[in-house]
Amino acid sequence: MFTSNPFAELSASVPPGVMQAYVVVMIVLVAAGTLYDIVHKQSAKYFFDNWRKANDKGTQPVGGGEMVSLAVQTAVVEGLTSAEFCNPRRRIAHLLTMYGFLAYVITSAVMVFGYPTPATPTPAILPTLWTVGALMVCAGGYWFWFFIRVDVASEGNSPFRVMRADLFILSLLGSATFGLIWAFLQASGSAGTTVFLGLYLIATTVLFGSVPWSKFSHMFFKPAAAFQKRVETANGSRSNLPPPADKPEVFGSARRQPQHF
Amino acid sequence: MPTFVYMTRCDGCGHCVDICPSDIMHIDKTYRRAYNIEPNMCWECYSCVKACPQNAIDCRGYADFAPMGHSVRALREDEKGTISWKIKFRDGREKNFVSPIRTTPWGSIKSPADYDTPGPDDFKSQELAHEPDALNIDGGLPALTRDQLKQGVV
Repeated sequence: MFTSNPFAELSASVPPGVMQAYVVVMIVLVAAGTLYDIVHKQSAKYFFDNWRKANDKGTQPVGGGEMVSLAVQTAVVEGLTSAEFCNPRRRIAHLLTMYGFLAYVITSAVMVFGYPTPATPTPAILPTLWTVGALMVCAGGYWFWFFIRVDVASEGNSPFRVMRADLFILSLLGSATFGLIWAFLQASGSAGTTVFLGLYLIATTVLFGSVPWSKFSHMFFKPAAAFQKRVETANGSRSNLPPPADKPEVFGSARRQPQHF
Repeated sequence: MPTFVYMTRCDGCGHCVDICPSDIMHIDKTYRRAYNIEPNMCWECYSCVKACPQNAIDCRGYADFAPMGHSVRALREDEKGTISWKIKFRDGREKNFVSPIRTTPWGSIKSPADYDTPGPDDFKSQELAHEPDALNIDGGLPALTRDQLKQGVV
């Protein structure tokens, strides 16, 4: 299972052209959904209004070179290592899910377009990465879902209480879980392959088709917000926060010792 | 000054939900971001404002000192032991305040977990846990003896 391309095996019943068209449709849905989200929620307008206000309030001009440096820092620190999260468990879960999702999605597209049939043998690394990526999504995702999610950890709700905010994580977990089960059943020739292929397709379609209603597009918006935060710190506007305080030499100044007993 | 959340800054970590003594900070069901469900019931303790790691929670100042168009922002710096407040009025004037948040350096107070666990006899005592040491009193708490009490009380 780890080294066999599930999409090449599927080509016996589904033509490669159909699979490739499906991938293209999913890419179009993500692009269109994100654009709709930007227009509908006016995210871009809010972002640039905020950008202009922060620039007006700034006390130190930020040059082009510094801006590039801030962009690189944002990409490396906030983007690649998810440094925004203050909870280390949440950060690890997010890193597992993020890198797992990237491996899972990229290898899916490469296998569907590059090695669609058994006639073009797939390098073993691709299905291995696909499986490891899906397993990472499941590890990070289920850990988040059952233990770290704020609704469970802080609000004390049942992990099985579902609401709209769960659309992204649930469809992602559904896609990875059903994809793994389908690939396993198909490789072992067991019954139920078609059922799990159907569930895998439904979950994947919901994942990529529900962008305007889910938090899928946070992967585009969050880096932009993190970059703006760094720029606001650099230009002195600091999101309107007070300036950093001097550390007091004497805590509580010359406070008297209690004498009421 | 009840608190409110800038949902674009919030990352839904739940610190404010955990710390709110009035249990009015909750998580939105659509966006999974915190919000104050009932500002009227806010104790104005600012625990959430100070605890928020993203500085996403602000106070809505009262009209008598900060009319519409104002902002009240707080910055808590644990490592320095300070809290700073920035009041910005709608005409652009600013007032900045810095206060120490404790009278001893951070980490210098013994945590409750560092004390010995009370034994069964401690539960029969009239004294609270770690009294009288915690009150800096040597030789036990002052108490009346039987002969000091009014006749008929015992």
